[in-house]
Amino acid sequence: MIVAERKTIPELVDILLGHKRILVLGCGTCVTVCLAGGEREVSIISSALRITSRAQGFGFEVKELTIERQCDNVFIEQAAEAIEKSDAVLSLGCGAGVQAIAERYLKKPVYAGLNTAFLGILEERGVWTEKCAACGSCVLHEYGGICPVTRCAKHMLNGPCGSSREDRCEVRPDRACAWQLIYQRLKGIGQLDRLNQIDLPKKWSSSLSGGPRVIIREDHRI
Amino acid sequence: MSSNNLEMTVVAFCCHYCAYAAADLAGSMRLQYPSNIRIIRTPCTGRLEVEYFLKAFENGADGVIVAGCEEGSCHFKEGNLIAKRRVNYTRKLLSESGLEMERLRMVNVSAANARLFTDYVNEMIETVRKLGPSPLKQAKRLMQQEIPS
Repeated sequence: MIVAERKTIPELVDILLGHKRILVLGCGTCVTVCLAGGEREVSIISSALRITSRAQGFGFEVKELTIERQCDNVFIEQAAEAIEKSDAVLSLGCGAGVQAIAERYLKKPVYAGLNTAFLGILEERGVWTEKCAACGSCVLHEYGGICPVTRCAKHMLNGPCGSSREDRCEVRPDRACAWQLIYQRLKGIGQLDRLNQIDLPKKWSSSLSGGPRVIIREDHRI
Repeated sequence: MSSNNLEMTVVAFCCHYCAYAAADLAGSMRLQYPSNIRIIRTPCTGRLEVEYFLKAFENGADGVIVAGCEEGSCHFKEGNLIAKRRVNYTRKLLSESGLEMERLRMVNVSAANARLFTDYVNEMIETVRKLGPSPLKQAKRLMQQEIPS
């Protein structure tokens, strides 16, 4: 899922200053699961904005709404009336959601209320970790399902850097060395021989380095 | 009691298994504490969400006390520890929002400790008295005054 975290209230006030009727728009998908922009967070951030506004006299009128998915036009339509009635939209969706709303409402200011952080999983209650860099050319099959592009701080593709201590990363000692994990995993599934294979330089043109990416499925186009 | 004190409202979310019983015992023991307190009985402080505390302030509370069981004695094992983390998060949010974080406080009181309960209530009333009325309350009053004109 896409993992995000909220901006601070002073940051949001800076963004919203000058607007009166504000719609705080939540998203019911990834950011709900990572407790950043779902119905509950919409309620909390709206309350905090109302408190700030009343305590410091900013004059915000804050309305709340959460739709199923902000990155899908079908669901954005459900927010049409509320968006029309507002002066500005504070989207608590990921970066894709914010842009989907902004592209649909050309004359309406749409602001991001979250910092979209990474693609990851819920590791334990209240802890999310990054697992995928969306590099566009997946190599997980070669590394026992552990991604060296994302989880190795140096993105090493042909073995460890040699600076890990015990099983800890040199760059971030609170993180595991990805290559230690890859070795253990490949040993566990009897595929250690994969490590004898030298990997050629990775194709980065399919990553964001090659510019914004588009996927076109002709079989699904109308 | 000064008129300033009389206008203050402190909401106390009290756990059914401890602080609420302590408040009840305080009554039986004829212990005095200010009448500004509004007690809301909750099944467990772990049931309380961040929104509840924020809504209390939005609706004009000058202070909020969350009173749960002593640590290690929660009827639901760890509800009071969950509440503690939520209260801490809300205090940070209040501070970001320009409201003093001291207006919200988590306390732990056993059902037998009525005196401690009244002490905490008196402390909170004193804290709020020093901080002054909530700026939200003043803003609400101004808005209400503006409506007739």
